[in-house]
Amino acid sequence: MSLYQLSKLLYQLNRDEDFKLRFRSNPQAAAMSYDLTDEERRAVVGPDIGLLYVLGVNGQILMHYAAFCGIEWPDYLQRMRDGVKQHGPVRAGVYAMLSGFDDKVAGV
Amino acid sequence: MALVFAGVCSHAPGITGRSERADPALREPLYAAFRAMGESLRAAQPDAVIVIAAEHFANFFMNNMPAYALGMADSYDGPIEEPGWLRIPRRVVRGNTKLSRDIIREVQQTVDVAYAEEWRFDHGIMVPLHFLDPDNRLTIIPANINCQGPPLTPLHRAWAFGEALRRAADAVPERIAVVGTGGISHWPATPDSGAINENWDRHFLDQWSSQDKNGMLSYGDEQTYRDAGQGGFEIRTFIAAAAAAGGRGTVHYYAPIPIFAVGCTIATMEIA
Repeated sequence: MSLYQLSKLLYQLNRDEDFKLRFRSNPQAAAMSYDLTDEERRAVVGPDIGLLYVLGVNGQILMHYAAFCGIEWPDYLQRMRDGVKQHGPVRAGVYAMLSGFDDKVAGV
Repeated sequence: MALVFAGVCSHAPGITGRSERADPALREPLYAAFRAMGESLRAAQPDAVIVIAAEHFANFFMNNMPAYALGMADSYDGPIEEPGWLRIPRRVVRGNTKLSRDIIREVQQTVDVAYAEEWRFDHGIMVPLHFLDPDNRLTIIPANINCQGPPLTPLHRAWAFGEALRRAADAVPERIAVVGTGGISHWPATPDSGAINENWDRHFLDQWSSQDKNGMLSYGDEQTYRDAGQGGFEIRTFIAAAAAAGGRGTVHYYAPIPIFAVGCTIATMEIA
């Protein structure tokens, strides 16, 4: 797993306007600069927020990526819950899910 | 000249970005306390405000992560997030390269701080500035403590960083303010967002307010992660602010606001 490369892609996407344009027009090509597994590439190009979360992407850059994708806050939280339901527990990092699938801690 | 103001505040992006989802009975007193802190800050007439932040992979990443960093530019900009998402317009914030250099030189006597001539503020600084400096008139020197990417700096080093900032503030001719920003317990940007350990928060704030150094430095990261979430790592900013100020603290506002994902806190500390 190349979580570092995946995270770096999202870090750059958050701060580089040119990369944002390239990613919007052709995410598959833009992601080629990073050494990703097929699963990671599929998750980021999708975008599959739930899988990115399970792979261990830091929640702060994942939150920004979700906003970049136009995903509203309640939907962002739900996609992470769905990701854990579908793919299993978070595999790395310090952003694991502790609540249940149906818990809506903040009411959304 | 001297440190003329010290305080701490929350910086969660939901405070501005999800404002309409919060109960107005909680939100409006928070906003009022935030603005009142800004009035106190400005009344102290600081020549510069050192904002001790815990940024979120906006400028510093795992390719080269400093434990401590200070800004050294004449201007900064932010927010790095989409302004529509954070609901804070982009602005250019005034810095002061020469003053930064003077402060960095003094801090380096005890802390090997990194420095940066580029810095784009994320919500960790922009949410506080939105309330504390609505007219964008203050001179800001950003400081960062890595609270995102473990291994994290030990708490006693965060204390030493705060002491170094105080020594620097006392050494330069300018009037300096310090504002620490961070969460206490919180699980931001996860499905657990909104979980807040109020008892843990209040216990930590009691220690902070009473300058209980040993108490504040007693938290291990495993314990903090278990009881206060990964967001709890940001107590480092509160600890550094306490070390800089040295006096007793007053909590002006504390309330868990789950949709803002944190126990929202506004507090100031006497300079001693």
